[in-house]
This record gives sequence, structure tokens and C-alpha cells, in this order.
Amino acid sequence: MTQQRTMMDRMGSHVNRLGLDLTILAPLIALVVLLVASSLASEYFLNTRNITNVMRQVSYTGIIAIGVTFVIIGGGIDLSVGSMVALVGVLLLYALNAVTDPVMAIVVGILVALGSGALFGVFNGLLVTRGKITAFIATLATMSIFRSVALYLTDAGEVVSDNPLFPDLGGGYWLGIPIPVWAFLILAAVAHVLLFYTRFGRHLCAVGANTQVARYSGIRVRSVILGSFTIAGACVGLSAIMLTSRLNSISPSDAGVLYELDAIAAVVIGGTALSGGKGSIWGTVIGALILGIINNMLNLLGVSPYLQGMVKGSVILIAVLVQYKRQQ
Amino acid sequence: MTEAIIRLHNIGKSFGPNVVLQNINLDIHPGEIIGILGENGAGKSTLLKLISGVYQPSIGSLEADGRHYDQLDPVTSRRLGIAMIPQEFNLVPTLRVYENVFLGQEIRKRGFLDRKTMREKTREVMESLHSSLDPEAPISTLSVAEKQMVEVARVLVDDARLVILDEPTTVLTDREVTVLFDVVRRLQSAGVAVLFISHKLKEVRDLCHSVLILRDGEVVEQSSTDDLDEEDMARKMVGRELSQVFPEKQGQAGDVALEVRQLSLEHVLTDVSFTLRRGQILGLSGLVGSGRTEIAETIMGLREKTSGQILINGEPCNITSPEDAHRQNLAYLSEDRQGKGLVMSFNLIENITLLSLKRYIKGLINHRAERRRAEHYQQALSIRTASLNTDVGLLSGGNQQKVYLAKLLDIEPDILILDEPTRGIDVGTKHEFYRLIRKLASDGKAILVISSELEEIIGLCDQVLVVREGRIVADLQDEQINEEDIMLYAAGARGASTVTGTGVALS
Repeated sequence: MTQQRTMMDRMGSHVNRLGLDLTILAPLIALVVLLVASSLASEYFLNTRNITNVMRQVSYTGIIAIGVTFVIIGGGIDLSVGSMVALVGVLLLYALNAVTDPVMAIVVGILVALGSGALFGVFNGLLVTRGKITAFIATLATMSIFRSVALYLTDAGEVVSDNPLFPDLGGGYWLGIPIPVWAFLILAAVAHVLLFYTRFGRHLCAVGANTQVARYSGIRVRSVILGSFTIAGACVGLSAIMLTSRLNSISPSDAGVLYELDAIAAVVIGGTALSGGKGSIWGTVIGALILGIINNMLNLLGVSPYLQGMVKGSVILIAVLVQYKRQQ
Repeated sequence: MTEAIIRLHNIGKSFGPNVVLQNINLDIHPGEIIGILGENGAGKSTLLKLISGVYQPSIGSLEADGRHYDQLDPVTSRRLGIAMIPQEFNLVPTLRVYENVFLGQEIRKRGFLDRKTMREKTREVMESLHSSLDPEAPISTLSVAEKQMVEVARVLVDDARLVILDEPTTVLTDREVTVLFDVVRRLQSAGVAVLFISHKLKEVRDLCHSVLILRDGEVVEQSSTDDLDEEDMARKMVGRELSQVFPEKQGQAGDVALEVRQLSLEHVLTDVSFTLRRGQILGLSGLVGSGRTEIAETIMGLREKTSGQILINGEPCNITSPEDAHRQNLAYLSEDRQGKGLVMSFNLIENITLLSLKRYIKGLINHRAERRRAEHYQQALSIRTASLNTDVGLLSGGNQQKVYLAKLLDIEPDILILDEPTRGIDVGTKHEFYRLIRKLASDGKAILVISSELEEIIGLCDQVLVVREGRIVADLQDEQINEEDIMLYAAGARGASTVTGTGVALS
């Protein structure tokens, strides 16, 4: 009995170290089932080219979803990420086109994208921590503001890059895998370490679970929350780099529309509680993959694009219901 | 004698292997007021829940109206005229008095609410209670005592024959208690039976005809209140002399670890000064709301002091957040374990290392070292849990409190402020805590204990400060530490003595 218990304990600790909590098992099973079902339903699904495309598609929103995971674990929400993609993309291309040397231009562009994304995140974070505005309302407002600024700057027109090297960034491959996918996976690994192996990660969970306990435990609640929004902003910056370089342009009216929904959906499907306090990065990665594969399958099977939103919505509902049942 | 409203035959209740109540026989007759006494965990609330149908007995039966029941459910219990007034009121704050009185039993006329009748009936009931409460008043505007009156009215409208009052006086002032007792006596003369649960022995003696004393789930005494004095009751409740419960006190105290000079907090604290020495357990006593917790929170930097100075090891220091306090090796156990102490969705390990996390980081968090440390505390404090990965929310109150203590101990504090350290934990664990606290003191830590339980303050502390209305009104040592003196100071019956230096000149 005791031996069994310590065995369980040890297993538990191994599982924990990988961040593969039991909560992640459900989405993982769902992913496997979905993969099998998809490969049976369509002969094109396992096609290398199709898989590569799905992975690339997933990485744009997946990168953002990883950032949003931090905000949600901290007890917040970020609705502004989609609009932020458009605004950061516009700023990135302006910076890129302003520098003549193509290599330098890309370096400057990347810094501007990451920097402005982080800055917008700080802005969101300050509204929540200093302004004491609920995250939902604060980021609903900045969602509108970011989109509007992007449209105003460009007069709602598309901005095109004139840098010859830029498309290689988001369109390129390394070891046969698209660069955005690399960015997504490396970011996931870094985020996982940040969440499970650093003080910030532990403190973020404590703040999200119970702000009062965190305060009484000497945790700097406001800095931690500010940090989570900043991470989300920087992730948006990274996503914007990948997206604009793939397209070699950005359309301020279309870019990033409804990305916030995809990101939040990936987080929820991945088992992170919307109430905050606990979550996992790998869950979010799996959540993003599930959403991407479902989208892809609907396309391959010729389902009307107008129905895709319904399917996505249903998946989110099921994920939340499963989460709720498990809590009981 | 008239026929009993309800009779309990050999009732017992177990949760798994734990027997929490056994061999209870009790007849409750109309017009009787029965006091139920017992320590926390003695089985009082379990007994009430069996009678009101929340729990079902594991053994034995109940008899009411000539029928035998193996168990009661809340609906049947209510139909039999059994009503309970809980400690935490179940009133809807946004609704009015009469709406709450008739909540769930609304009077209707042709499908619509008959507000007029409900208002009138509420007024009648209030008159019978000699209360002038307006049926139209919103609940949120009422005082605690008035809310209690609404609960009583609700029970009366329901034609209750047995009313259970669960520690009704803890939230009331003396005058309000007098009013409540009048109401209870009026109920009794109308033939209603009353079960009265209280920790205050004097109240029980004043109000009740007979008393039932529980200890460790069994009836140890059932007799008329005329046959027992308060001391008898206390002895029967505890079942042992107080000296056995508490570890022996130690006379010698070391250097001054914490000195508080003229600490003030706007509208709450005025000129609070005291010193706390290594090896000493200093008690902070006083009524609820007297400012005890505020003293602790101000020292910890959780509240912004308006004036005053805090010295640690003789050095003045500026503490503006718990983080600063922890850096000074000062740790605080809040009275609100669930709301301010532990993260309920964290496991034991994550909770224990939350304050001391820095020590487990060499670049990254060393999870193995964290676990080893948690295992150490699990043994040292005998924390009972299936696994260290269990969420602390699933542990019993006593084990949660041990985890909370481990969390503080892991920053290796020199000074510990323990606010209600044994609140809501069972008797056995309480004793463990007393020994533990004494051991920490003899290891050279300076300990400040805040407690509402006089017995605890008297049994545990080397020196006792009494707080009233945000001031320290007495500084008691040795044989001065007794129930009577503390209560007299705490309630203001004895004037504030002048505080001189370290001691107090008693007036």
C-alpha cells in the first residue's frame, strides 16, 4: 500500500516535471483520435505538404496562444491580440522599408516588432494593474484602439515590403520544417521553462489562484500581472514577424481578425482553466494543433466555410464542459 | 410530561473509519431549552446536522410524531417542524425583510405574489417578537442582530416546533444578547423547544433548563443546569485539567527581537507599544474587532501605519510589504487560512516553498530539492496526506494549518506572528500545535499569538497583552493571567491602566 503510494508519488513527480499533468491527457487523447480520424477520412491529410501547411497555419495563432496562456493563468484575459497583430505588422513594415541595407532592415524590423508588441502589452498591463480596469474591458477597449490606429496610419490600405530578403524569414525552411513552426516550438519550450522552472511562473500561478494569498505571501502582484501582459505582447510581435514576412505585406483591416478567439480557444482546449491559477504550455500547443487540424479537415472534406465557425465553437464548448466535469 | 417532539435512540455517525458520534439518546420536549456544549470537534455540529436532516445517522433511529425514522432528510425534518438558524445567515441581501421571511414559502393569490398578506404577517411576527423592524427594509441596511431577528421570524412563519440556534451570540453585543434571550424565552413559553449551542458557559447556565455535554463524540453529562456550575461544565467539556493540555511554560526569555513603539493606524490603532523577546510566547487578547489582527497586519506592512516605529533586534526598520517583513525574518500566519494563507489549488510542495522559493533556484527551480524539503516538514509536523502532490484544498483543516506553518517556517523566521493558530482544527491537532509553538519558542524564536480563545491565551502564553478599541489596555504576567482579569479589561469593565515602560501599573 505504502509502496504503491510512493510509486504513484514518484510517477506523479515525473509527470509533473514534464508539465504533462493529468489535465493535459484529455486534449492529448483528443489530438491522437483526431489525427487517426483525419488520416482515415482524407487521403490527402497525411501528405507532407498538407501537414507542413497545417503546422505553419497553426504556428501564427499558436505563438499568440502561448502568450495568452500566461495572461489567463494570471487570472486575466487579452482580447486585443488580434488587433495588435495588425498594428505591430504595420509598424514593422514601416521600419523595414525605412532602412536601406536589407539585412540591417530585417534586424531593425524584428526589434521594432518585438519591442512595440511588448510595449502594447505593458500598456494593457498598466490599465489592469494601475488603472484597476477589469482585463476583459481594458483589452476590449485596446482591441478597438489598436485596430483603429493601424487603419488610420495606412489609410486602410495594404502595406507591402520592398525588402528582397524579408520573405525568406516566414516562408523559409530549416531541416525541411517551416521557420514559423520552429519559432512556435522553440517559444513553447522557453515558455514551458518560464512557467515551471522560474519564480515568475510560480508566482503567476499563485496570483491567478488567489490574489490575496499572493499578496500576503509577499509576491509583487502587480509586477507579475504586468509581466504576463508584456509576454503576451511580445508573442504577438513574434507572430506578426512570421505572418508579415510570409505574406510580404500586411492588410490592416484583415490581419489578425479573430486571432484572439483562436488563441483563447487553444488555451481552453489545452486544459488551462479560464479562472486562472493553473495551466500548461504543452496543453496550449495541443489545443492550437487540434483547432488547426479541424480547420484543415473541414477544408479537405469540402465543408462550407460558413460552417467552420460553428464547429470551432462546438469544440470550445465541449472542452469547457469536459474541464467542468473533471473539476467535480 | 407532554410527548416529545423528537427522540433520538442510540444515534451514531461515522465517516469512514472515524466515529464522530456514538450512543446519543436525547428526548426533546415542547417548551424545553437545552444547551449543547463541547469543544470544537466534539460532535456538536454533527448532532445538529443529524437532527436537521443534513446528515443521515450510521446507526440508531429517530422518533417523531409516533413514527420511527432511520434517517431524516432536510425536507422531512422541516415538515416535522425542525428549524435551524445557522451561524452564517442565509439571507438574500438585495431583498426586503418580508421577502426574506417568506423566501421559499411565498404566499400566492391567483398565481401572483400576495405582498400585502406577506407584509402584514411579517409585521405580526415581528410584533410577537417585540421587534419594530420594518418589513419593507432591505436586508443590506440591517445590523447583524436585526438579521438574526429576520431568521427567527422566518422560522416562526414556518410554524417551527424545535428551533436550533448555532452559536447565535458570538456576533452580538451584550444588549443584543439580552434581546435575543427574551425572544428565546418567549418562544419557549409558546411551547417551542430550543437547542442552544454556545461556547459561553455563563449564557448556557443563564438560559438553558438542561445541558448536554459532548466530548469526543459521546455524551459525558446530561443534567439540569441547576446541578452544574460553570467550572464543572468546563471540566466535563475538556475532560482533563488544563495543565495537561498545554505544555509547561518557560520562564526565561532572551534578547528583545521585536519592539513596537507607539504604532498608530488611522481610526483603528492608537499608540500601540510592546516588546517581544526570543524564547517568549506573547499573547494578544481582546474581543473580535478590537484591533488585534490590525496590529499584526500593520507590523507586516500590509497596512500603512500613520505613525510609530518598529525595531527588529534593536534596529529600526521600514517595512512596507510582507516581502520586506520576510526579509527581516518576520513571518505572519493569518487567521484566514483559506482566503489569505494557502493557495488551495497548489499542492503541498508548492505551498510550502512559496515564500522561500528563492532558495530552491539555481538558475531554474530545483523541483527535487523542493520535494525533499516538503518531505522533511511532512515528517517533522506529521502532516497526514495521501501524497505531497495533493491539492491542499483537499486536506483537513488541521493538516492545512500544518502546511501553512511549514510555509512560514521555511523562511527560517526569528519572529512569528500567529493569528488564531488553532482556528477550526480538532482538539488533538490543537494539542500538537501547542507543543509545536512551545518548541519553536524554546528553540529561540520570538512568538506573538493572537487568539480569541481565552483558554488558549491563558494556557499557552508567558505574557498577555489585552487590546481594546485599538489600544493596549493591560499587560498581564504570571498569576495575573486569568480569565476574569482578561475579560474585564477586554470588555472595558476595568479601565485602561497606564502603560509604563515594559509593564503596566494596574489601576
